[in-house]
Amino acid sequence: MSTSITPPVLEARNITKVFPGVIANEDVNLVLHKGEILALLGENGAGKSTLMNIIFGLYHPTHGEIFVNGKPVVMKSPRDAIALGIGMVHQHFQLVPVMTVTDNIMLGDESVKNGLLDRRAVAERIRALSRKYGLEVDPDAIVEDLPVGVRQRVEILKALYRNAKILILDEPTAVLTPQEIEGLFEVMETLRRQGESIIFITHKLKEVLRIADRIMVLRNGRVVGEADPRTATQQQLASMMVGREVILTVDKGPAHPGETVLEVEGLCATSDLGEPALRNISFQVRAGEILGVAGVQGNGQTELVEVITGLRRADAGHVRIKGVDMTNASPRRITHEGRSSHVPEDRHAYGMVDSYTVADNLVLNQYYLPPFAKGVTIQEAAIAAHARELVKKFDVRTPSIYTPGGSLSGGNQQKMVVAREFSRPIQLLIAAQPTRGIDVGSIEFIHNQIVAKRDEGVAVLLVSAELDEIMALSDRIAVMYKGEIIDVVDRADATREGLGLLMAGVKHEAVR
Amino acid sequence: MRLSVLRRIGYMVLIPILAVFSALLLGAIIMWIFGDDPLAAYRGLWTGAFGSPRAWSTTIRKMTPLILTGLSVAVAFKAGLFNIGASGQFLIGSVCSVAVGVNFEGLPAFVHLPLALLAGVAGGVLWGFIPGALKVFTGAHEVIVTIMLNYVASLFAAWTVYAGGTQGQTPGPLWDRTAGAISRTPEVFMSARLPWIVPEPYRIHWGVAIALLVALIMWWILFKTTLGFSTRTVGANSKAARYAGINVRWITILTMMIAGGLAGLAGAIETLGLNHRFAPEFTGGVGFQGITVALLGQTNPIGVVLAAFLLGALEAGAARMQFDSGVAADIIQVIQALVLAFVAAPLIIRQIYRIRKPSDQVETTVFSTGWGR
Amino acid sequence: MQRTLRVTSYLAIALVIFFVVMAFLVNLTPLGENTWLRVFFSVSALNFTLRASVPLILGALCGILCERTGIINIGIEGMMLAGAFAAFVAKTSTNHWPLMPSLLFGVAIALLVGGLMGLLHAIFSIRYRMDQIISGTVLIILAGGVSAYLFDRNAVAQGKFGAIAIPGLSQIPVLGEVLFTNPPLTYTALILVVVIHIGLFYTRWGLRSRACGEHPRAADTVGVNVNRFRYMNTVLGGMLAGLAGGFLVLEAVGQFQEGMTAGRGFISLAAMIFGNWMPFGAMGAALLFGYTQALQNELLLAGVTTVPRQFVSMIPYVVTIVAVSGFVGRVRPPAAEGKVYETEGESE
Repeated sequence: MSTSITPPVLEARNITKVFPGVIANEDVNLVLHKGEILALLGENGAGKSTLMNIIFGLYHPTHGEIFVNGKPVVMKSPRDAIALGIGMVHQHFQLVPVMTVTDNIMLGDESVKNGLLDRRAVAERIRALSRKYGLEVDPDAIVEDLPVGVRQRVEILKALYRNAKILILDEPTAVLTPQEIEGLFEVMETLRRQGESIIFITHKLKEVLRIADRIMVLRNGRVVGEADPRTATQQQLASMMVGREVILTVDKGPAHPGETVLEVEGLCATSDLGEPALRNISFQVRAGEILGVAGVQGNGQTELVEVITGLRRADAGHVRIKGVDMTNASPRRITHEGRSSHVPEDRHAYGMVDSYTVADNLVLNQYYLPPFAKGVTIQEAAIAAHARELVKKFDVRTPSIYTPGGSLSGGNQQKMVVAREFSRPIQLLIAAQPTRGIDVGSIEFIHNQIVAKRDEGVAVLLVSAELDEIMALSDRIAVMYKGEIIDVVDRADATREGLGLLMAGVKHEAVR
Repeated sequence: MRLSVLRRIGYMVLIPILAVFSALLLGAIIMWIFGDDPLAAYRGLWTGAFGSPRAWSTTIRKMTPLILTGLSVAVAFKAGLFNIGASGQFLIGSVCSVAVGVNFEGLPAFVHLPLALLAGVAGGVLWGFIPGALKVFTGAHEVIVTIMLNYVASLFAAWTVYAGGTQGQTPGPLWDRTAGAISRTPEVFMSARLPWIVPEPYRIHWGVAIALLVALIMWWILFKTTLGFSTRTVGANSKAARYAGINVRWITILTMMIAGGLAGLAGAIETLGLNHRFAPEFTGGVGFQGITVALLGQTNPIGVVLAAFLLGALEAGAARMQFDSGVAADIIQVIQALVLAFVAAPLIIRQIYRIRKPSDQVETTVFSTGWGR
Repeated sequence: MQRTLRVTSYLAIALVIFFVVMAFLVNLTPLGENTWLRVFFSVSALNFTLRASVPLILGALCGILCERTGIINIGIEGMMLAGAFAAFVAKTSTNHWPLMPSLLFGVAIALLVGGLMGLLHAIFSIRYRMDQIISGTVLIILAGGVSAYLFDRNAVAQGKFGAIAIPGLSQIPVLGEVLFTNPPLTYTALILVVVIHIGLFYTRWGLRSRACGEHPRAADTVGVNVNRFRYMNTVLGGMLAGLAGGFLVLEAVGQFQEGMTAGRGFISLAAMIFGNWMPFGAMGAALLFGYTQALQNELLLAGVTTVPRQFVSMIPYVVTIVAVSGFVGRVRPPAAEGKVYETEGESE
């Protein structure tokens, strides 16, 4: 690769980045050539985003150098990176929701005429770029009205508007349906043809093999190897990513479903923005089975879980637990009387209190019950004993049960939440994105716990945006699209392609 | 194992101490810049606050309402609410207790006094309920509502004692008919007064004991009861509180009512124990000072008592300071603002004195998350 | 959202037309003999409204500048008081100068001190990550304390700004008297509303400022220095609040009194919210609040004693409570308000 005559468009040498207490990148080397798609593969926390933020000037490396077109550069801020022709499409879109596409794209690089913004000229340029790269978008639309796929196009246009020659795409497929992903890949191919160089960051093996010219694998902040997509296999890449042979499937026996525990009938609800989020949803979960809810994020899964657990009002329909009507019941009644547990999708917002000790977090929704409370008084000894037992049983790694929960690692925080929710006698478990953003070891542990609950006869409703997780754990799979359950299929009959089509709203008889 | 807990407590104590020290130092520099003698001022301040038994009694007297208004603000903080309205609640509490105190002649003291105190608490509770309920049901930010209610309270209080005007305006319902053109209430009956613990000239009344007892009760409620757990959870993370099955709306309203009641009690104690009447010049300034007391006390009831003692001493010494050194007593307010600044931004103190934060210290509550919901 | 905005603007326009018509009728026809109509629509009521609104308009503009970039400012009250006191000190120490230079010097010092207060707020809330509402509280207490500590109760400011009649326009009956015969700071405040509106929505500075308040990370990733904008706009805002204080001393009252801002900073804040963080909206709200104060004054002058004056004085405060209760949820504050923005080490 170093045989090419022209220098690489981008090179990073010996990059090290140290955050207080963490080494995010250690001695990383990276080379990107003109007109290629380099895939950067690694699991959550491997240091991919940190590396890209360094290349984009958001972070400053502790050690190491960066070269653009063979010349050493120092980037103090994104402004410098942009000036060098580097553009980034962030995993979380960096768009101002209340502003128009035009305003968003020109922000930081405005055209000004007579001291005032020249919006018309900018819109004209955006239209021209749209045509050239096949990225259709209305410059006058307000960003918050646009669907996710279009917002991503706006992000790409934002980089191209600044004449980016190097594009960094940070987990661009996380929010897209399989069909939208294919569309994105076509755009990437067009860009490559036009001479753009792309760094594609992901943790999804299939995508890497599909689109990349070259693959670089990151683990614990270090480069652990490169691979050629023409010869590499998923298993090889996976073991490079995690450092050991991973079990891609969960070991579980057949389900023995019993009586119906959760029954949802004709449920309708409204989102925070006042739009219909759930439209006439009906399904049942029986004891001893796992019903997986698949779907692209933002198709009503969050609202569905919130309505079932009492955090959001249902506008119509019914939720019954073991035949008892729990529609719009208080969360406390649903937990207590409905004997249910809820692992919330956003653990920082809902699942725990960062400033509370591990011990207090472990009784967050039981503190008022004996033995943790006697009358109105809190029983600290009982809470501590309970905490010691759970910390051991669920392998929550914490210096002490009096350590604030917020200072634990993500995986241990999630194990803490799981410990609390799995340690009570329950008949219904609702787990939303139970393994989001945590390490592989904790993922395996939590997956096994979920299956164990099922085998105890608990009805499990599993909501996940990770299709692999749904496929690995579920006994039946419901697919949500635009607030509806578009279909429910048996695990045995489900294929990735079929589910992908359903997630895109295409209901096809061939799926069966 | 409990070492980390001890370290956290140490940090919580160290910051306020350094904050007070730094504020006094900076106050001295300001005095020096404007040609005053800081040493003489602080000597006067010390004498006025601790120099004699009388000085001590003044400090205790000044401390009493500050404990209660400090608790009022602190309790609200615990639930993630910023009660700037303690001064309004204080005024309403004063007026309500006086209204009972100047009526019902002949009631026995063991009925009249508790009734008057209770009236003050009830007035404060109502004045706290309004912003709590508005926040819950309309989303109006409690900061703005409580500030506005302060003005309404002070106008309302002024009206109740209004002596009438030259154009024939009707006097207020509590006006002292014997006072001529002066706007004030008559003195409350003996049966409604808080008795002295140490009589004239020291004038320490039983209000101190009430305030200390209330602080202890608030500590117990906040840290040892399920209600306290709920309240603190709402303040630390209201979404998690909802998830945990806590009725966030009810806790919000209840906390504002308790906060209002505490400030109202402060007003009642101040009038029934000390002033024995109400006049418009009794402002609710102690309510505003409650903010400094609460933050200086790290929103912990025990800390609030200590902070109130300190601020009480500053207030007590101010007059003597002005008399002895000629430095305007208003410098005390400047020093209080500096204390508030330093405790509210521990980063300043940490940088000046190069203190490391315990690694697992989690930041305190943030209130300023927009005026909407 | 958009529709609410349009309906509100139509309502506002209708209200303005109504007032203009009534003002003409009451002041030029025998309708003016009715006491109540005079209380509501006389030239003096309208003049008083404008005068009472000016500090509120300036204060609300201060709030808009700060909050549009993401800094909550409840310290407007303190900034105003500091500006007022600074103007007073500047004016009294230059009493021996000719009147105009002395007054302008007062304005300059009010701007300077207001700006310094803004800087202090920015340093507290950005550099030292103090909770912004508490930082505002500190400013209020500090301004009260310092102004009282340094206030020379024997000093007297001599002279204040007088009205300047705009040639031609001031001859229009009624309107000329109300709108075009005013002292200079009043005109300045009205012009600033237009200037800031254009600035916010049609210039590079405004686009970037608003981006900092809505989505600072987005602004940062395209190379906008978020904290620099926040510093800059908080200082500018502080200057406007300082000017409001200067107005009170140099144009309205002529002297300084302890605590003379009397809650105007807080009402400005309410006007800002009520006006949906828009300069013209805030001006409309400020005029409304000013009008309630004018009514209170007119009722006193007309000798209406059926309602105790304390209750009339409560009107602006009660209206504010009603406004923030009724309008929150329908208005939309900048999304990133009150949150510290840090580049390095932030994971999301």
